[in-house]
Amino acid sequence: MKKLGVIVNPIAGIGGKVGLKGSDGIEILKKAREMGARSEAPRRALEALKIIAKLKNEIQVVTYPDEMGADECREAGLEPEIIGSIESGETRPEDTMEAARKMAERGVDLILFAGGDGTARNIYSAIGSSIPVLGIPAGVKIHSAVYAINPHSAGEVASLYLQGKVVNIREAEVMDIDEEAFRQGRVSAQLYGYLKVPVERRVQSVKSGARSEQAEVEGLAAEIIANMDADTLYIIGPGTTTRAIMERLELSNTLLGVDVILDRKLVANDVTENQLFDLINQHGKARIVVTAIGGQGHVFGRGNQQISPRVIRLAGKNNIIVVASRDKLVALQPHPLLVDTGDPELDRELRGYVRVVTGWEDSIMYRVSDDAD
Amino acid sequence: MARQKKLLRDNYHQARWDEPMIFEMSVPGERGVLVPLACENIVSQVGDGVSAIPANLRRKKAPALPEVNQMRVNRHYYHLSQETLGTDVTLGISEGTCTMKYSPKVQEHMAARHPGIVDVHPLQEPDTMQGILELYYKVEQFLKEISGMDAFSLQPGGGAHGVFTNASIIRAYHRARGDNNRTEIITTMFSHPCDAATPNTAGFKVITLMPDESGYPDLEAMKAALSDKTAGIMITNPEDTGIYNPRIEEYVKAAHAVGALCSYDQANANGMMGIHRAREAGFDLCHFNLHKTFSAPHGCMGPATGAIGVKEFLKPFLPVPRVEFDGQKYLLNSNYPESVGKVRTFFGNTNVILKTYMWIMQHGAEGLKEAAICSVLNNQYFMKKIAEIPGVVIWYAKGKRRLEQVRYSWEKLKQDTGVGTDDVNKRIVDFGIEHYWTSHHPWVVPEPFTLEPCESYNKEDLDEYVAVLKQISKEAYDDPNLVKSAPHKAASHRPTHEAIDEAELIAVTWRQYLKKKGKK
Repeated sequence: MKKLGVIVNPIAGIGGKVGLKGSDGIEILKKAREMGARSEAPRRALEALKIIAKLKNEIQVVTYPDEMGADECREAGLEPEIIGSIESGETRPEDTMEAARKMAERGVDLILFAGGDGTARNIYSAIGSSIPVLGIPAGVKIHSAVYAINPHSAGEVASLYLQGKVVNIREAEVMDIDEEAFRQGRVSAQLYGYLKVPVERRVQSVKSGARSEQAEVEGLAAEIIANMDADTLYIIGPGTTTRAIMERLELSNTLLGVDVILDRKLVANDVTENQLFDLINQHGKARIVVTAIGGQGHVFGRGNQQISPRVIRLAGKNNIIVVASRDKLVALQPHPLLVDTGDPELDRELRGYVRVVTGWEDSIMYRVSDDAD
Repeated sequence: MARQKKLLRDNYHQARWDEPMIFEMSVPGERGVLVPLACENIVSQVGDGVSAIPANLRRKKAPALPEVNQMRVNRHYYHLSQETLGTDVTLGISEGTCTMKYSPKVQEHMAARHPGIVDVHPLQEPDTMQGILELYYKVEQFLKEISGMDAFSLQPGGGAHGVFTNASIIRAYHRARGDNNRTEIITTMFSHPCDAATPNTAGFKVITLMPDESGYPDLEAMKAALSDKTAGIMITNPEDTGIYNPRIEEYVKAAHAVGALCSYDQANANGMMGIHRAREAGFDLCHFNLHKTFSAPHGCMGPATGAIGVKEFLKPFLPVPRVEFDGQKYLLNSNYPESVGKVRTFFGNTNVILKTYMWIMQHGAEGLKEAAICSVLNNQYFMKKIAEIPGVVIWYAKGKRRLEQVRYSWEKLKQDTGVGTDDVNKRIVDFGIEHYWTSHHPWVVPEPFTLEPCESYNKEDLDEYVAVLKQISKEAYDDPNLVKSAPHKAASHRPTHEAIDEAELIAVTWRQYLKKKGKK
């Protein structure tokens, strides 16, 4: 019998309703409550759990007490096993982390959580990518790519996964921004890691000729390598898509950082902004290879801040190569790829169309914007 | 007074014969036909026949064919035919982009029985098969008139094969001019996927344009993609969405301005015959699927013809042999040194050319135009009715008409009930309607389904189809599990996706099946 872990972060999203841009920190939480804010997470979790409740005789559910899952599970008609302890009304990030750890120990097959980027980050720091996780979007910040598109879909995908039906497992970015900076009008997102996330697989008839996303990514890595110019630095940004290039070249690489290669050989792993700038200065010719990071399609400014405005200018705007699978671009529709380098002038210059390499001898023209709206 | 017509086939149930594989029906020694032994004077001339075959070509072991008598074979295949839903028993409206129109039976009779077709061998001297060559020549003249192009080849054996040949012609044209720098082809996301896949196979890099907010291919993106590396654009119009691009001339002009050629995918030209021509839209090449627009039946990958048309300056690159007429007789001419060569054995699928000829002659110019108008009119009525069904949404170009087909979406139904397009598609067969076509990959429009009610279907047919979708939508809201566990009345249950997707599980021959199941 499959085992599902359920974690609700009952304060996720509480700051959003009152314009506080996040819910991290005791003070903010107090302030939000004073302003009459209520969390969206319990209601959203319930919507997903009601769908899962149809499988209640086929699965075991493990959850945390009270508003961290037990209340929502019971209301949905599930009979969960309740573990751990909390101070109801005073839940903290440590509770989420402890819950994830305990569920992992109990061998759950999937953790379904309702929350935002902070919750995703807590789960990641507790258990890494050891077991699949799926997010019910309920936070203010949703830069990570670990969520289903809505609570209903989260329930559906989790059900399919628990029934052993058609789902793929994808590595999805866990990102979080510095809320303090965010409240002051600056966005600075870090890429913390990758969680394994089940996604519904679109199985289509043979005529459609669908290729797997993995095959596309291998194809685009081959395409980038085949067209590499000699005596040119290649700056490989973070992410699983760009990692495929390094793996194909059998070079050690940094999933969350920036690596540099020259003539298909490694120059440096996990470089800082300063090191990058110096390398390009010393060498001259350079190309930057980046992919869309996070759920909103940022090619610059989220998780790859090492590739700073002065680095981009030094390498030259025409030397930027964007790579992404077709699936990723289609999922982004109709929104553009985004740039938020921190230099508004450069962001404006990067607007327009970019030829995104999507596979072997295959590319898609895609719009780039410096404005998420 | 006419009685109230019943639209839903509530009591429909497909046959389920629990039929074994023909190999499992084998009884050693059983025969369908007892072939008589050769008479003595033949034996005296050729011996036993078998020993005339060189030893290294002879089988060591008899082939493992099923041994089944004639009556059981006949029954077996009748059973199987009752477990399928073909165009003769169901509404081909389901197969959007495929144009499943009615193919008049007289065409089948001629193709199967006329001695001018069945008794001719393609290696005969052209003088002795003037009738077939005349068919080729005349169909070419018809297609020239319908498209405005200057020459056609009827050789490619399918739509994608035609597009591949057009890509090869584009390559040959640039090379003949000494321009080897043009390595890129531009296409659009909602064009037929062969507009991307076949130029890729022909050695080009392919750049795809996404739709803009209105659903048209993004013109600004195309301008950003065009360069002196662009060999050509290969695009479909109307695209798979059914949206006709009224600014098509601007795309063509932009491509011509950088020296690229323009190839028009008109595989499905059913909404345009007699109304709109590739020439006036400025294209240099085009193609028609004769097995769609011109009524030759299709499915199961053939037989088909992707007729390709070009302007005069590209004629030297067309496949050979070309069927020509010298004023007195028809001949095969291979004297085109710049030709891309032969792309199909002999001169293509003659059956399809015959059916195309008959269909065009039955309609005449006015009739072709009327067929186009009826197919568009049918689609307007159909789209209006389907848009009223709860759960259906239509992406892009709000308030604008589609031409002859529409890509619809069950996105809202899925959000409201959890029932998606794959589920509806499984349920639709419970009402005697074949599975519909969802979408080419990738699903840019979520939970898609694509329907095309071409001119063959009358109002009653369209109303039946709408009633079925309406019923399934109602079921999804009332009792989603009923839809999600469908089909309930069809010959087969839900095939597992793994069996389609995973190489180690796919078995397309009996021998593979035994091997993969570990039975041999």
